[in-house]
Amino acid sequence: MPLPGPLKNMFRGSKGGEPPKGPVAPSGRQPFPKRHSGEEVTSTRTSRGLEEFFNHIRDQSGLTILDLGGATQQNVSFITNLGHRLYSEDFLQILSETFGPEDTVDQANPGRIEYFLRQALDYPEGQFDGVLVWDVLEYLEPALLNAVVDRLQKIVRPKSYMLSFFHSDDKLDAVPFYTFRIQETNTLHVAERGLHRPVQLFNNRSLEKLFSRFGSVKFFLTKERLREVIIKV
Amino acid sequence: MSNMSVGRVDENKGSATIGKAVKIVGQIFSKEDLYVDGDVEGTVEALEHRLIIGPHGTVHATVKAREVVAQGTVQGNVEATEKIEIRKDAKLVGDIRTARIIIEDGAYFKGSIDIVKPEPAKGGSKPQQSAPAPVAAAAPNNKP
Repeated sequence: MPLPGPLKNMFRGSKGGEPPKGPVAPSGRQPFPKRHSGEEVTSTRTSRGLEEFFNHIRDQSGLTILDLGGATQQNVSFITNLGHRLYSEDFLQILSETFGPEDTVDQANPGRIEYFLRQALDYPEGQFDGVLVWDVLEYLEPALLNAVVDRLQKIVRPKSYMLSFFHSDDKLDAVPFYTFRIQETNTLHVAERGLHRPVQLFNNRSLEKLFSRFGSVKFFLTKERLREVIIKV
Repeated sequence: MSNMSVGRVDENKGSATIGKAVKIVGQIFSKEDLYVDGDVEGTVEALEHRLIIGPHGTVHATVKAREVVAQGTVQGNVEATEKIEIRKDAKLVGDIRTARIIIEDGAYFKGSIDIVKPEPAKGGSKPQQSAPAPVAAAAPNNKP
């Protein structure tokens, strides 16, 4: 399903792959396409959320940063060149491996949720000084989403920050899979491949509710109708 | 055949080789470049040399080498004093300590990355064998 004009350049996802053949599945879930395969459309975007994230860790080195978008050369180089230690998790790959590429297993299953958390977010309390969440939370059903947010709160040190992206248009049918690559402290290189239907869409109120247990939540609305959200733990 | 694939095919030239039908459980200490295309469990040390894990290679081991090139599967912590390359379709699960890292698109990595400065040569009388690599990850999209 082709996106209308303004949506073509919208931030979305941290995965890439072949464009889906035919319409997006009614269940709202497409198999996660193989990363870095197929044609991609790339663009460069200013990101105030990213700028804010780096403002908070500026003038520090030796921090421990978690990137949930999988390892890319650009992100590894950027973070490590700032003198930080980077942990990389390919969150969507693990999601696909745990719940099946077509989500045939319910994301509300407590056993599966626990298994997933062990695979993707099994870290000691207060391990991280920052998390680049990107858009992966939009792929999660409510039960899994709450479990993941709970776990993130535990593994991130108090007063640290997380950066997450959410679409601001609650009428979207489909959005691309994206890979986010950091170019500068306020600039992202974004690669898009294929389409999928978001599992959940969020407005300001639902995001405030989702992160209500955190210290603060700050929104930046981009012209691409994306909310960049800085969450203080 | 492209120059790139010729280069990659010849990467194990002149190296000791563990073929894809070979499985080794234990400790490997190598004083020459080593190409692993089989299964290895334990530890692998090639402190002054290059270790290549070939596309069929599966290494469940703690790895220490001057340079590591992963084309297959590695599970374990990896320390490479000069650099580590994680090639397209490679899978590496473990913590990395190195001076430089190159990750190709399509590689899977789970773990932590510590970029460490190479220690300067001690004593001062011996000349350094090679200039230390800068403390920086390599340029994006680097493919040989």
